[in-house]
Amino acid sequence: MATIRIPPVLRASVSGEKEVAADGSSVGEVLRDLAAKHPQTESQLFGPAGDLNRYVNVYLNDEDVRVLEGLETQVGDADTLVILPAMAGG
Amino acid sequence: MAVPRLDNRPCGGRYGDIVQAIGHTPLVQLKRLSPKPSVRIWAKLESHNPTGSVKDRVARAMIEDAEAKGAIGPGQTILEPTSGNTGISLAMICSRKGYDLKVVMPANVTPERTQLLEMYGAEIVYSEGSKGSNGAVELALEMARADAAYYMPYQYGNPANPLAHYNGTAPEILEELDDVTAFVAGLGTGGTLMGVGRRFKEERPGVKIVAAEPLQGEPVQGLRSLDDGFIPPIIDLSLLDRKIFVSNRDAVIWTRKLLDEEGLFAGVSSGAIASIAVRIASELDEGDVVFVVCDDGWRYLSSGVYTLPVDEIESLDSTVWW
Repeated sequence: MATIRIPPVLRASVSGEKEVAADGSSVGEVLRDLAAKHPQTESQLFGPAGDLNRYVNVYLNDEDVRVLEGLETQVGDADTLVILPAMAGG
Repeated sequence: MAVPRLDNRPCGGRYGDIVQAIGHTPLVQLKRLSPKPSVRIWAKLESHNPTGSVKDRVARAMIEDAEAKGAIGPGQTILEPTSGNTGISLAMICSRKGYDLKVVMPANVTPERTQLLEMYGAEIVYSEGSKGSNGAVELALEMARADAAYYMPYQYGNPANPLAHYNGTAPEILEELDDVTAFVAGLGTGGTLMGVGRRFKEERPGVKIVAAEPLQGEPVQGLRSLDDGFIPPIIDLSLLDRKIFVSNRDAVIWTRKLLDEEGLFAGVSSGAIASIAVRIASELDEGDVVFVVCDDGWRYLSSGVYTLPVDEIESLDSTVWW
């Protein structure tokens, strides 16, 4: 099982947990498993077409999956997915 | 008597005023940070700009673009959301050119940013710190909608922002280096990465464009929903080859390494970017890695990032550093 780090804005949807474990061999599968276990997260993580919400960044360990293979990016049991709201600077 | 020719030409150049002196920054090799002699690491010292940050290029480009389009004139009030540096650059330029400036800035930046803005005569409206720069953008957009008298350059969506780097930062680097293997910069508005990235992809197609971005501390993730996330419209992710986050703790550790090992007094985001540049360099057998030093260290002194043990920096995760 991969580990998912939950941002403060999503914690109410996962019983206050900072980290949860989820099954899957790709980013999409792991996030779908999270949404199945915690249904309130689904509308925040995914758009209507099932793609990743535009304003959510998901990192495999520390690399943004959008610049890897997106939801198809492969995930191992030792990996951590980090979910963050997209934040600007400047 | 003729003055002898300087040995270290070119000097920084000769300019008619301080605004014209923006850019033309040094590129400095950091030999001690390089993991192997066959991989060279170069720091583009944007901290050498007149107000001490890369944002001088962006602010000048946006103001000159607005002037060229006739969008602003004498006495105009300019409004801009910023985490500080763009505001400081705009404040200097507006004070030179006779425009009033109002900036919207998160409340949880270092006090030096406020002091610099006030020093250049800007008016500051604070946004909620827990929303970071996203909150400043949201509030500034509301203010602009409510009062059409404001002109907002809007660095997050203004093509003049990446163009400042396409026409300035990128060719300056290419003037000094025949080959660039990887370019690493911070992702705040995306201006540096998009402008330099596009130019490099055109002229050096093999170069890897790498974004370093902040892992915002939990106190700065005070959004109501993930839908309150914000992606600057100028960002085109297809230009990026890697996008890697850096924790505030690691950013500070590397900011100190820049100082201790290379004598480079830089801001916290530059430490984060340096950490990714060294990581990319360690993955190469040979080549040249260029990274951007976004700003100097002066505006972070009061936070203790250069003097306190990392674990004793009280505001580490609650401060907007980028």
